[in-house]
Formats: sequence, C-alpha cells, structure tokens
Amino acid sequence: MAAYLFRRLVQSALILLGVSFITFVLLYVLPADPVRQIAGRSATQQTVENIRHQLGLDQPMLVQYARYLSGLVQGDMGRSYLQKTEVASLIAARLPASLLLMAGGIACELVIGLSLGVIAALWRGRALDQGLMVTSFVAVSAPQFVVGLLLLYVFAVQLGWFPIGGYGTFAHLVLPSIALGIMGSGWYSRMMRSAMVEVLRQDYIRTARAKGLTRARVILRHALPNAILPIIAMIGIDIGIFMGGMVVVESVFGWPGIGQLAWQAIQRVDIPIIMGVTLVSATAIVLGNLLADIVTPFIDPRIKLR
Amino acid sequence: MADATAQAGRPVPEGVLARLLRRKLALFGFAVILLVVGGAVLAPWIAPYAPDEQLFEGLTIEGAPMAPGGQFLMGTDLLGRDLFSRILYGARTSLIIGVVANGVALVIGTLVGVTAGFVRGWTGAVLMRFTDLMMAFPALLLAICLAAIFQPSLWIVAMVIALVNWVQTARVIYTETTSLAEREFIAAERTLGAGPVRILFRHILPHLVPTLIVWGTLGISVTVLLEATLSYLGVGVQPPTPSWGNIIFENQTYFQAAPWLVFIPGAAILMLALAFNLVGDALRDVLDPTQRGQG
Repeated sequence: MAAYLFRRLVQSALILLGVSFITFVLLYVLPADPVRQIAGRSATQQTVENIRHQLGLDQPMLVQYARYLSGLVQGDMGRSYLQKTEVASLIAARLPASLLLMAGGIACELVIGLSLGVIAALWRGRALDQGLMVTSFVAVSAPQFVVGLLLLYVFAVQLGWFPIGGYGTFAHLVLPSIALGIMGSGWYSRMMRSAMVEVLRQDYIRTARAKGLTRARVILRHALPNAILPIIAMIGIDIGIFMGGMVVVESVFGWPGIGQLAWQAIQRVDIPIIMGVTLVSATAIVLGNLLADIVTPFIDPRIKLR
Repeated sequence: MADATAQAGRPVPEGVLARLLRRKLALFGFAVILLVVGGAVLAPWIAPYAPDEQLFEGLTIEGAPMAPGGQFLMGTDLLGRDLFSRILYGARTSLIIGVVANGVALVIGTLVGVTAGFVRGWTGAVLMRFTDLMMAFPALLLAICLAAIFQPSLWIVAMVIALVNWVQTARVIYTETTSLAEREFIAAERTLGAGPVRILFRHILPHLVPTLIVWGTLGISVTVLLEATLSYLGVGVQPPTPSWGNIIFENQTYFQAAPWLVFIPGAAILMLALAFNLVGDALRDVLDPTQRGQG
C-alpha cells in the first residue's frame, strides 16, 4: 500500500510538472503581448522594454520556466501583471467560494442522480423507468449556461424565490449548485440504475428475501449500500468536469470564484493568474483521480491496487 | 473494402439499421438530426430574411426586439435581425463544428490509441503517459485559453475542440486494441505468417469500427455542447457569423425582457445534443452485444 501510494504520488507530481510546462509553453507562444496590455496604448517603446525587462519577459523561455518552477516549490505563484497582487493570495481569496459551489454541485448531483437511479432500478422496465432514463438523457444534453439562465429566469426573475445571482447566503447557493450538478446527475442516475439492477440480481439478495426479510429492508440494508459505494467513489474522477463547469456557472451567476478569476485573467492576458488557476485545477483533478483509485479497493475488495 | 470487412468476421452485425429504427428514442434522435441538417442545408431557401440583415421593422418603436409570432416566427434579436433565420444559419455552424472537430478528434484519438495499443514498448508508454497528462488538464479552461489566444474563427474553434476532445477516444481505443491484440485469432494469424501491417488493417481496425461509430456519434453531442459554451463565453465563433451559442452571448443582457432570445437557441442546442446522445446510445446497444441488457 505504502509503495503503491508513493508511486502514485510521484506519478501525480510528474503529471503536474507536465501540465505546468505545457501551459507555460502555450502562454509563452501566445501572440497577444501582455506587456502592451500593462503599459497601455500610449506607452513609448522604451517603457514597454523596461516593463518587459522588469517582469523578466525578455529572458529565454526555459529560464523563465525554471524561475517560475523554483518560485512554485516555495509556494510563490508569482504576481498578477495587472492587479500587482500575489497570485497565491488572489486564488486563496476566491477558492472558498468555488469550493462551496463545488460542494453544492456534488450534493445536487448525488441527491438527484442517485435517488432517480434507484427509483428507475426498482421500477425497471415500466413507464416510470423509461421516463426517468429519457430525463437523464435530457440532463446530460443540457448546456450548463442554458440551465443556469433558465433557473434564473423561472425562479429568480419570475417567481422571486431566489436572488438574481451574487454570493453570500444559502439562497444564493441553490440555483448555481443545481446548474452545476444537473448534467452529472444524468450520468449518475444511469450508473446508479445499472449498479442497482446488477446488485438486485445477486444471490445474496435472493437469500435475504428468502430469509423472510421485507423487500424494503433488503433494498435499504443489503442492496443500496453495495450499489451506491462504488459510484460515490467516482466523484473524484468528476473533479475535472466540475472545474470546467465552474467557469460557466460562475459567469452566469456572478459567483466570485476562481472560475471568474481565470476568465477575467484570460481576457486581459494576465498570464500568472491563468497559470495559477490552471495548476490549481490540475492539482484538484489529479488528487481527485488518486483519491478515487485509493478508495475503490476499500469499498470493493474484488478490485486490487496495481 | 466491404469484402475485407466481411472476411474479418463481420464486426458490424447485419441489420443494424433495422434494429436501430425499431427503437423509438433513436428514431426521434434521427428525426431531429434530419430536421437540423435539412434546415442547415436549405437555409438560403427557407430563411425568410438574410441572417445578418438588420430589419427596420424588426424593432419596436422603442427599439426593443419583437416577440415570436406574427411576421417573425421566432421574434427578432437586439439588432432587429430575424431570429428564425439566424437559428437556421446557426445550425450550419453547429453541424460543421460538430462533424469536423469531432472527426479530427476521432482521427487523433484513434491514431494515438491504436499506436499505443499495437506498438506497445516505449512508444506506447510515452503516448499513454501523454494521454494521462491531457486528462489532468481542466479541458474547458484549456479550450477557453486556446480559443482566446488564437483569435477564434470557425475552423480555429473546431481545431481547439478537437485538441481537447481526442483524449477520451484515445483511451477507449487503446484499451480495445490491447485486448484485441491478445485474442487468439490474432495469435493464429501471426503463426500463419501474417505481418503486423496485415493484422492491423485486416483484423484490428475493422473490429474497432463499431466502437468508433458509437464514440463518433456520442462525441458530436459533446462537441456541440462545447462549441455552444465557448461561443456563449464569447471566445467561440465570432459574430456576425451566427452560432446558437453566440446568439445567447449577444442577447443575454436583455434576457429578462426577451427570454426567447436565450431559450430558443438554448432549446436548439439541447435538442441537437440530445439527438446525437440518443442515437449514439442506441448504436451502442445494437453494435456492442456485451453492453446489452444494461441500458
């Protein structure tokens, strides 16, 4: 276990190194010149060169990358070009809002997805099952920004139950969480349905019924836990999808998270922020995958760590 | 080619179309796809107005867009352009990007997957580690970055989407290729003296066709959604070229007063993505016997 964990951690670190290098190269070769953005239109050639030199942007790319990396291992993600603030502190200020939204999205995805999946499995082959499975297809085909705008229109503008965007209270969290989680709930309901159908076919379920346990008890105590755990372990893999969805949902609802930070930075060619957010997201994705791989064998002993 | 496929053990079973057409949901999906393709192809003849013509009668006296109904079937947008005409021309954007971007992604994914799975050794290892690395990228963030960097046009957006989306295909094809390469009939062929090229083209690739058809169809849905999202954020297809995503991008500030400008294109995106998902799912059931009974 320790050896496995060590190997996976090294692998993850290498992947993150690769991500940082590719992002750096992409941003380095980009045609938009950040120095022009900082200096403004009326700046003289001399001023532009001075700023370029100050930021170290006149150095060869590999030197710049090495310098970035050496800062990174000391916890320094550089300074924003335009806001003159530490990138690490900008991200740290925005991260809680994003984590809150992600938690809301995951909760929504699981509650809707798993319960619909169980219901569909129990009513397998009937109209209810078919209806739910069509609904799940609609959910995975719905663009998040359209869902977000629809929720805003119906529940905030028309009914006035929730605030129109913003951040602060629980009421602010509800609509963005649904917008973020609805697509995943479609996938989860399908996975949950087939997991549940599979478990209900097993011999031990028939045995439990034969012992005289009620159907409800068999489902709740025997079938559900066995079907649900492997699926919950998959959340780790979803982090990447959430990271993408966050940019969209935060933009629709004006949610002050790292998605918005990244989006604004991209528009202003503020490279250190783009780098920082990409790396934070990639770290979350890698850790999520790692967690899913580590947890799964504990849940399902038939799966072994390799 | 058809002959070669038949000799290789008929990987695509007979009567696929017939079995597909018996499924109501797949049929619905086909109908929607046909409708959208028809609208896109026939746009110049069906569209009542030019898609970027700012009509004088397209705005009210106060300068507000017209609601659906009456002269304008789906209403008009903030600039007084006919929304129905823009939706028809927007279908072209969605379909072109859906097919081109997904096609390129499928080709890259297949090349990487087959090479890694068939050649193995360090070439395979390097390719698969690179695939792992791509999996760790926040895909949408990467796409937004790339699109923002290269002043987006229709083809650039398609390439950006392809660059982000090939990874899943590569992994699936890799897994399938490795398991195929270990099967007995491949070993038998090898003992009979078949070279790697012959094995690859006569036996491996034909068996990958069903998987590619399924992933190709499902992938279009992913691509359509990604294009819409990029265009909605303003880094996708640029106005005045209409795309369902950028119609929403252009009009969303006004969506409380003119919700049709957001929800008609939104419904169009959803229907097209749904259609490809339904057809893809039905194809998976029909083409892949191991999955049957689970759906």
